[in-house]
Amino acid sequence: MNATTERLIQLALLVAVLGGWQLGVVLGVIDVFFFPAPVDIFNQVVAWVTNAGFYVHVTTTLTETVLGYLIGTGLGVAAGVWLGLSRSAARILDPFIKCLNAVPRVVLAPIFVLWLGLGLWSKVALAVTLVFFVTFFNAMQGVREVNPVVLANARLLGASRPDLLRHVYFPAAASWILSSLRTSVGFAVVGAIIGEYLGSSAGLGHLIAQAEGNFDAVGVFAGILVLAVFVLLIDSILDVAEKRLIKWRPNVAEKPA
Amino acid sequence: MALAIVKETTVQPRSASKPMVCVDAVTMSFGDFVAVENVDLTVADGEFLTIVGPTGCGKSTILNAVAGLLKPASGTVSIDGAPVRGVRNDIGYLFQQDALLPWKTALENVELGPLFKGMGAAERRERATTWLAKVGLKGFEDRYPHQLSGGQRKRVQMAQALISGPKVILMDEPFSALDIHTRHLMQNELLRLWQEERRAVVMITHDLEEAIALGDRVVVLAAGPRSRVIDSFPVALERPRDVAEIKLDQRFTDLYRNIWSSLRGEVEKSYERHD
Repeated sequence: MNATTERLIQLALLVAVLGGWQLGVVLGVIDVFFFPAPVDIFNQVVAWVTNAGFYVHVTTTLTETVLGYLIGTGLGVAAGVWLGLSRSAARILDPFIKCLNAVPRVVLAPIFVLWLGLGLWSKVALAVTLVFFVTFFNAMQGVREVNPVVLANARLLGASRPDLLRHVYFPAAASWILSSLRTSVGFAVVGAIIGEYLGSSAGLGHLIAQAEGNFDAVGVFAGILVLAVFVLLIDSILDVAEKRLIKWRPNVAEKPA
Repeated sequence: MALAIVKETTVQPRSASKPMVCVDAVTMSFGDFVAVENVDLTVADGEFLTIVGPTGCGKSTILNAVAGLLKPASGTVSIDGAPVRGVRNDIGYLFQQDALLPWKTALENVELGPLFKGMGAAERRERATTWLAKVGLKGFEDRYPHQLSGGQRKRVQMAQALISGPKVILMDEPFSALDIHTRHLMQNELLRLWQEERRAVVMITHDLEEAIALGDRVVVLAAGPRSRVIDSFPVALERPRDVAEIKLDQRFTDLYRNIWSSLRGEVEKSYERHD
């Protein structure tokens, strides 16, 4: 099937779902209290986007996400590389890591609010706990799966331990780490939003929580839509970053499926 | 220092030069499994030694002991008089598998050795460029390994292993993954490079033709476990050689028959044990 046909089918699907939904609302089959009309949601989004106050919320969420993401990723990579290299440390810490990872992160939100207040940092902390483990496990795996032949070759060529870290371990782990960055960016947003949802004065999560408090389904749906676009934008930025950083890898997309 | 006691069945042609690699009563074991037992080998400076033996006879183990990647259970290995303790960087090692760093270009891969030894950027770049040209890869400097063919990657590996001018070159079935034509090409290439600057070479192979065509001496290992050296054959064929043509030489075929009669029994034993 060629690309144009596929695009047309995608478009047809979108029109069918949204059109059906809108039609259902118009005909009175769908209750707008629970499922507001797509047109209303769209109008709400437009109203937000054209209002300067809306961007305060966006920047708040964006700051929390980026901070949580950077701190969580940094800690995750450092811990992952360390435990990937030191088997004994990994064995000693393994049960603790498993326990910590088993805790549903959302329940930590109230504790972070207690510790860090209702401001920015309680949300960042929640995002960090979510992001950390994804990056951590990937970095550890990446370091452990370094090709032993490549490693032996580098050692025979005279690489010292810092040389090995810089020229072998980090680049080998990089593709694992980068693929985890894509997953964890979603987690960073989840952390920020949930934190905001549970108690805050600004942010997209706050916006949704407010709408929910007023039984304003239009606002909730509009918030969800904005969030989806928000994550897609961050994801596309990472996409570009990944292509620049890992240019040595054969591009899988180039090969015929 | 105790000198290696070398059991030579025949007088080797280059016996005048000093021993470069001495493997003295070396036993390699992994837990209860004894891979090789009591192996004595001496490689003279500038000598091309090839080791043949049935699959799983511990050929690579000996090579890894010389490289310092593995520690012998007993016995000693020394290079140029100095005992081997851990990985050393005055050897060049050519692996059977792809050992290039996939995230570095051909040029960056070749300049790794000088880089690790602390050579300045401009000088090592210049040397790496020269070496890439030497192995016939001028114009491929900025290609990543996945953009090169198997033979080209082998060439980069050769340049990478040889750029620092190692005292000893170790090769572990370096061409076994290549197709026959590429293999001949690479063997000739290797001989050409080695001819320029003769180093001690220890090459492991299961291809007897390759062993004779390239080597000054062919050593036969017994079937594993507890493998040991059972024979040593000098190859008195003049150099420079062409690997494809030399196989037609009468002396080559005689030698092949001799060594094969020694090797065949071990290969059969190894099959019996593995079935």
